[in-house]
Amino acid sequence: MILLQLYWEFFKTGLFAVGGGLATLPFLSQMADKTGWFTQGQLMDMVAVSESTPGPLGINMATYVGFSTSGVPGALAATLGLITPSIIIILIIASFLKAFRSNRYVDSAFRCLRPASTGLIAASGLSVAVITFYTAVPAGILAGVQWKAVLLAVLLLVVTRVIPQTKKLHPVIWIALSALLGIVFSFAGA
Amino acid sequence: MKKARILWDLFFTFMQVGGLTFGGGYAMLPILQREVVEKRGWATDEELTDYFAVGQCTPGIIAVNTATFVGQKQAGILGGIVATLGVVAPSLVIISILAGFINTFAELAVVKNAFAGIRVCVCVLIFNAVCKLWKGSVKSRLALVIFMVVTLGSLFLDLSPILFVVVATVLGIGLEQFKTSSRKKEGEA
Repeated sequence: MILLQLYWEFFKTGLFAVGGGLATLPFLSQMADKTGWFTQGQLMDMVAVSESTPGPLGINMATYVGFSTSGVPGALAATLGLITPSIIIILIIASFLKAFRSNRYVDSAFRCLRPASTGLIAASGLSVAVITFYTAVPAGILAGVQWKAVLLAVLLLVVTRVIPQTKKLHPVIWIALSALLGIVFSFAGA
Repeated sequence: MKKARILWDLFFTFMQVGGLTFGGGYAMLPILQREVVEKRGWATDEELTDYFAVGQCTPGIIAVNTATFVGQKQAGILGGIVATLGVVAPSLVIISILAGFINTFAELAVVKNAFAGIRVCVCVLIFNAVCKLWKGSVKSRLALVIFMVVTLGSLFLDLSPILFVVVATVLGIGLEQFKTSSRKKEGEA
């Protein structure tokens, strides 16, 4: 019974949270109050954990809540609940797109949509960049710059864009290297 | 047999995407470009931007939406489902393992430092990804204006991404309509 309830609660979240990422947050917060499956504090912990583990926040949260309520079957039920609406909706849109792809209105709409979509991605990257390279301190603008992070970014830009031998390497190599350098030079100051 | 092979490839590829996406959402873009566009040729950079745009204004997580799109295109409904299960599989495993000490995990100094390093890498990877998308999407002066307005608007105003997507769509359709009607007028004249 609890499995069905988990599936249903996360199904609703998956259906109404539009835009991905942190869009699931208000729904999860409401779920915490309604069901008592987890507390607001646990939700905040989970946001932090999701940022330090692979995978989308919504999926991580569904898995965590499901697992802590009823083990692996619970984790599966909650996660499947969350992704079911997306799968159905996207399958419908995909077949629709296929049929209307050559329509000139659809084509024109996508020509305006693409730069908008790229802009949204750029903005989201920039807002991450601000917290990564700068911490507000009273001592002034220059004092807040995270020089270690800036140096690492320059190094990464060179190896991923300039040096032909390293340009084509898999991004996971740079992720692992950055994690290692982060630990060695205590990037978070922790 | 061939179908089973494609399904397995879809599952395995999206499992890698799910497992290598730190920070969720857009952070998966560089990995998607690498695995889905360059290595497999399942989609183009332009199609990825389309999927992200559609993902912005449909319910659900963008990672899931994109996986469903690519999977469906390669192997129908089953492909969409299999790719999506692939993208969520790493989270299921990792979070189930961590569930016991989840509260302390994010507080560990080593985790904090490692992630501060990873975040720098994610910024650089997203920058590279945007440069690649730029080539396919910003091809006219109008497109450049849209890009600038959306980037700045989304960065400095607390507006929903859905708004930008809807306005861009309406603009695109309106422009086509305008072109059609002015062409008609010319024909009449």
